[in-house]
Amino acid sequence: MAETSKVTDLASAVAAHVADGMVIAMEGFGHLIPFAAAHEIIRQGRRELTLCRMTPDLLADQLIAAGCARRLVASFFASGSAGSLHEVRRRIERADPRPLEVEEYSHYGMVCRYQAGAARLPFFPLRSYAGSDLPKLNAQIRKVGDPYGGPDIYVVPALRPDVTVVHAQRADRCGNVQMWGILGAQQEAAYAARTVIVTVEEIVDAEVIRSDPNRTVIPGHAVTAVAHCPGGAHPSYSQGYYDRDNAFYREWTPISRDRAAVLAWLSQWVYEVPDRQAYLERLGEQRWTGLRVADRPSQPVNYGRRASPVLEHS
Amino acid sequence: MTTPPPSAVAPSSTEFLAAVAARQLAGKTRVFAGVGLPTLAVDLARRTINPGLELVYESGVCGAHPEALAEGIADSVLVSGAEAVISMHALFGYVLQGGHIDVGFLGAAQVDRWGSLNTSIIGDWDKPSVRLPGAGGATEIMPNAGECIVVLRRHDPGALPQRLDFCTSPSPVRVRDEDVRMVPPGHGVSTVITPMAVLRRPEKFGELLISEVHPGLTVQEVKAATGWDIRVAPDVCETARPTQEDVRLLREEIDTVRLYLR
Repeated sequence: MAETSKVTDLASAVAAHVADGMVIAMEGFGHLIPFAAAHEIIRQGRRELTLCRMTPDLLADQLIAAGCARRLVASFFASGSAGSLHEVRRRIERADPRPLEVEEYSHYGMVCRYQAGAARLPFFPLRSYAGSDLPKLNAQIRKVGDPYGGPDIYVVPALRPDVTVVHAQRADRCGNVQMWGILGAQQEAAYAARTVIVTVEEIVDAEVIRSDPNRTVIPGHAVTAVAHCPGGAHPSYSQGYYDRDNAFYREWTPISRDRAAVLAWLSQWVYEVPDRQAYLERLGEQRWTGLRVADRPSQPVNYGRRASPVLEHS
Repeated sequence: MTTPPPSAVAPSSTEFLAAVAARQLAGKTRVFAGVGLPTLAVDLARRTINPGLELVYESGVCGAHPEALAEGIADSVLVSGAEAVISMHALFGYVLQGGHIDVGFLGAAQVDRWGSLNTSIIGDWDKPSVRLPGAGGATEIMPNAGECIVVLRRHDPGALPQRLDFCTSPSPVRVRDEDVRMVPPGHGVSTVITPMAVLRRPEKFGELLISEVHPGLTVQEVKAATGWDIRVAPDVCETARPTQEDVRLLREEIDTVRLYLR
């Protein structure tokens, strides 16, 4: 592959690739949630987005509170262990301050939508939804006949985001992205999209990536832009880099209950900071140190190489 | 063999419910565990009646060996030292839909007599009075796990209604009503553990029955708190209390920070 650098800064990547009205997937299942990118989208004032995220998490609460998204495509409307997303709930239950369009699936339904999108299939079948009210709530979940004579089966349509944004532990300059730990649906969501933005804890030399090719989850050919963004997943976590800020998740619940408090939070932590580095400085050394993880390295594997020297033909 | 001394914890306590849930895992191989009380139950089961139980999480972790109590199903402690971490496509497609899970743990806002679950909407569909978290993986776990255990934190006609406000994850009974050819491999809900009783559904197409009544309560009280005219199992008995060792493990080794014990 040609040595074309895809490295850019996050603000430029968002300015270049995220436009009003787009369908944007921001994946990361409890792990590697692309918060820095979401905050940059808020700062740049994007509007009318359709946000696709299996577990909307605080990230959706924040993007929706900031007025960036009008539609949410998701499969679980809470923030993991820490309770409700009240901005999302206010809009769904009371259209306060505006309604939110919701398109609801189950987890595997969302994964199947990305898989179909990634493989350019029209839809994907799964053994869920029979007997459920979900297809009545979401007409996109449909039942089809099995052309091979088996029972009918429900299908979900391909999802092709305009942009997918993910956060990862590391990438090289060509955009070969390596992740470890919980991988969610990031590979599927990336291949499903027309444009892929990746923020990473570290940009490493190609030799580091190529020393362990099986760890590459999204090859460079599927990636549009890479931004170096340490701490870019806080308050979620990056396996082996820093842990989840569980206290922050608990603090969000009371903030989220009060729209004025959400807006004040956005001012202090998004609008008033220019980038993630400034956000981390505001967070403070002490809090950040508290999220440090101890080492637990994997054992290296041996990929081997041809033992007898191969003559280079020139 | 002497019976271990029972604990006096209240039947509505998390300790009691977690210990009852843990007992259901005797002899099981692979459990799909959720956050909260199921986390306590699977941990307790591994320390007592089933050390070989394999813990699987919808985040893609199989064979978790957490060194600390997990705060959520995507906690880093579930990953470090796990036997495998796979993509969600492999987890839901191959592990769950492929038929490798024998027990799934589910929570719900409402359970009906057939063991169908509502985790989506209370009230009107278009203008809900409460918007619940929705399907998550429950709609997949229900048809594909061998059986499902539900833990409810309330036992009243609101939580166990005559009719669900919304069915997120259907019992095989509802699937059969839609299309008999689509009936899933799983049994659906086998057991519902509440602060008052243990309800069991021995037949795949049958109803929940009052099978165990917690100490200090009567069958009549449990019937009165249920939203339909629930039948009583012929061998109904009193729920066995947790042992003192169960409660000690939960408090002093499993959840020392009282994250889920309340």
